[in-house]
Amino acid sequence: MATTAVARRITIVPVDLRDTPEEAAFRAELREWFGANLPEVLRGHRGGSARFDDPTMREWSRALYDAGYIGLTWPEEYGGAGAPYTHQAIFLEELARAEAPPHIGVIGLGMAGPTIMAHGTEEQKARYLPPLLSAEEIWCQGFSEPEAGSDLAGVRTSAHLQDGHFVVNGQKVWSSFAHLADWCIMITRSDPESTRHAGLTYLIVDMHAPGVEVRPLRQLTGESEFNEIFFTDVRVPAENILGEVGGGWQVAMTTLLHERGTLGFALQAALEVQVRKLIALARDRGADQLQRDRIAREWMEMQALRFTNYRSLSALMKTGMPGPEGSISKLVWSEANQRVTKLALELLGPDAALGEQNAPYGGYWQYQQLRSRGNTIEAGTSEILRNIVAERVLGLPKSR
Amino acid sequence: MDFTFTPEQDELREQARAFLAATPEASWADLAELGWTGVSIAEEEGGAGLTFVEEAVLFEELGRALYHGPYFSTIALALPALPSDLRSEVASGAASWTLAIGPLVPDLDTADRIAVAGGDGIYELEDAEREEFATVDDTRPLGVVRGGETTRRLADSTVLAEIEARSLTALALEACGVARKALEHAIEYAASREQFGRRIGSYQAVSHPLATSYTKLELSRSLALWAAWCVATGDPQAGLAAAAAKASAAESAVWVCETSIQVLGGIGFTWEHELHRLYKRALGIEGFGASGTRLRAEVAAALVERPTDREPEPIPTPSALEQGG
Repeated sequence: MATTAVARRITIVPVDLRDTPEEAAFRAELREWFGANLPEVLRGHRGGSARFDDPTMREWSRALYDAGYIGLTWPEEYGGAGAPYTHQAIFLEELARAEAPPHIGVIGLGMAGPTIMAHGTEEQKARYLPPLLSAEEIWCQGFSEPEAGSDLAGVRTSAHLQDGHFVVNGQKVWSSFAHLADWCIMITRSDPESTRHAGLTYLIVDMHAPGVEVRPLRQLTGESEFNEIFFTDVRVPAENILGEVGGGWQVAMTTLLHERGTLGFALQAALEVQVRKLIALARDRGADQLQRDRIAREWMEMQALRFTNYRSLSALMKTGMPGPEGSISKLVWSEANQRVTKLALELLGPDAALGEQNAPYGGYWQYQQLRSRGNTIEAGTSEILRNIVAERVLGLPKSR
Repeated sequence: MDFTFTPEQDELREQARAFLAATPEASWADLAELGWTGVSIAEEEGGAGLTFVEEAVLFEELGRALYHGPYFSTIALALPALPSDLRSEVASGAASWTLAIGPLVPDLDTADRIAVAGGDGIYELEDAEREEFATVDDTRPLGVVRGGETTRRLADSTVLAEIEARSLTALALEACGVARKALEHAIEYAASREQFGRRIGSYQAVSHPLATSYTKLELSRSLALWAAWCVATGDPQAGLAAAAAKASAAESAVWVCETSIQVLGGIGFTWEHELHRLYKRALGIEGFGASGTRLRAEVAAALVERPTDREPEPIPTPSALEQGG
């Protein structure tokens, strides 16, 4: 039969989960670099926003940039390294394993930069991308509004074109880094008669312009990581548009695609660090058989997420499109991080009730557990992500 | 790093799927004709000289098709214990095998020959009486062997670690194939069945459990493919990966089948629909060999305690088997 011939002529080109020699060399270089250059005060920081306000964070971001590790996959003409996606994945893995904080340009690198590269003019690319990479300018994102959360097409913030300027009025919310940012990528409604996806325009707004007011929001951890932004007659030069007037929705989709892109590797690596700490906790404080069963489950899920990301990335490298399995990364990570942190509190026993000043390990787990509740909300709620899997991956009919 | 299948491996999958759909009662000779019985057997022994990664493709498809025959027992259980001359017989289709490694022995209805793990090695068992039991999944028969004589010594018992890794991984891969088929049934139904004037897949009470099914399946499949790669390359983590893969994939397959039965409603509960047969294979995989709880205990021990080599399976002796396990 035909298949006989096929089965016998296959040459061995097996799936290979090992780093190539070049990838291994890059990984080794990163480990050495983090070992030599990560300031002790920044290592293993528990996370949260306060660290970004610290001037050492800008120095750290600059050091990462000077070492050539920022914008790894970006084209060289915009200050990037033109490296393959695997290098970015390895960088994110090693960054997390070193327990080093990320570059301060989280929004800029992950969302603003890729959107400008896809939709910006040459002038815009030359103006915005280099200082974004070097951490000289910080970006935030103005998408969500009080009446437009998961349903982003409901944005109301208006942009009225007048004398070569968009005059912007309205309110944005849940905007991380807004209190530090120099620039904001935002979706506005430029056609007041329009509804939903039409009549939207994507703007780059100077956060230092008159009429921009930032108010921090205090979250259930007690910290302030994100903000409300109020815009009152803010004048934005007309050339600060990305894409066309009325074409903002298509540009916004580029941003969201990147928000959920190679992020998966950073999330998996962060989960690996959490699970490693969980296992260390179990060794330190003991775990009974039932708790050990749950520890094994979390380690398995973390490994499964790692190889799911590898599958998706391999497809991206070969075909230019990430595999469909990659769409579950953020969904899986967020729920896993919630379970892992709660399991850690269980291992702490009665000490779980202690506040930061008195808790073991400096209150690491108490903070992590509370912070994890945001994981299933930020960057796409789990409900929205399940809709996306159901509709775009499984091909089920739309829910609305 | 490259974690995609090659075009040749994809082609093997497509052809396996088409063949098994067209040939539900495929015989051992049919599989040998296709070259499937000798995939990982060396070319000089009459095989294709490939790896467990290609066999992994077949295990997934055989699970999906609910294949009834001695492929699992020969390729996943017995093969690592067989010396060169007997491997050639497997590759040519002249013999299929099963291995009595636990109290219940699979595929006694179709396997030609029986190997038995006992004492310090693995032996061929000849002239044994076979008693086949009724099983919940009648495509994966189980039974016991009694009496007989252990004759040729086939391998040292050190090969048992490889057998365990191969068999747990093969079960995980079968479970992934089963789950994929069940999920396809549920998606097809949810995308077409209308109630209250809308297709039921538009209701999130239906679509979200299916999205979760997909998530569980893909995570388990990633572990199963990792384990397959470890087995194919002799990676030292093969035992751990196989334990994780089997525990995860069996549980996911059961979950996906149960969700799919619920989505199909009354239709999913009928004897005529294929779902119950997929479900029974998933339950059979979960029950066969080490349980999820036991495997997770091994994983936890490897993680929490000082890493040591995994304890070998308790090995039943032929006399224990004679008492019916």
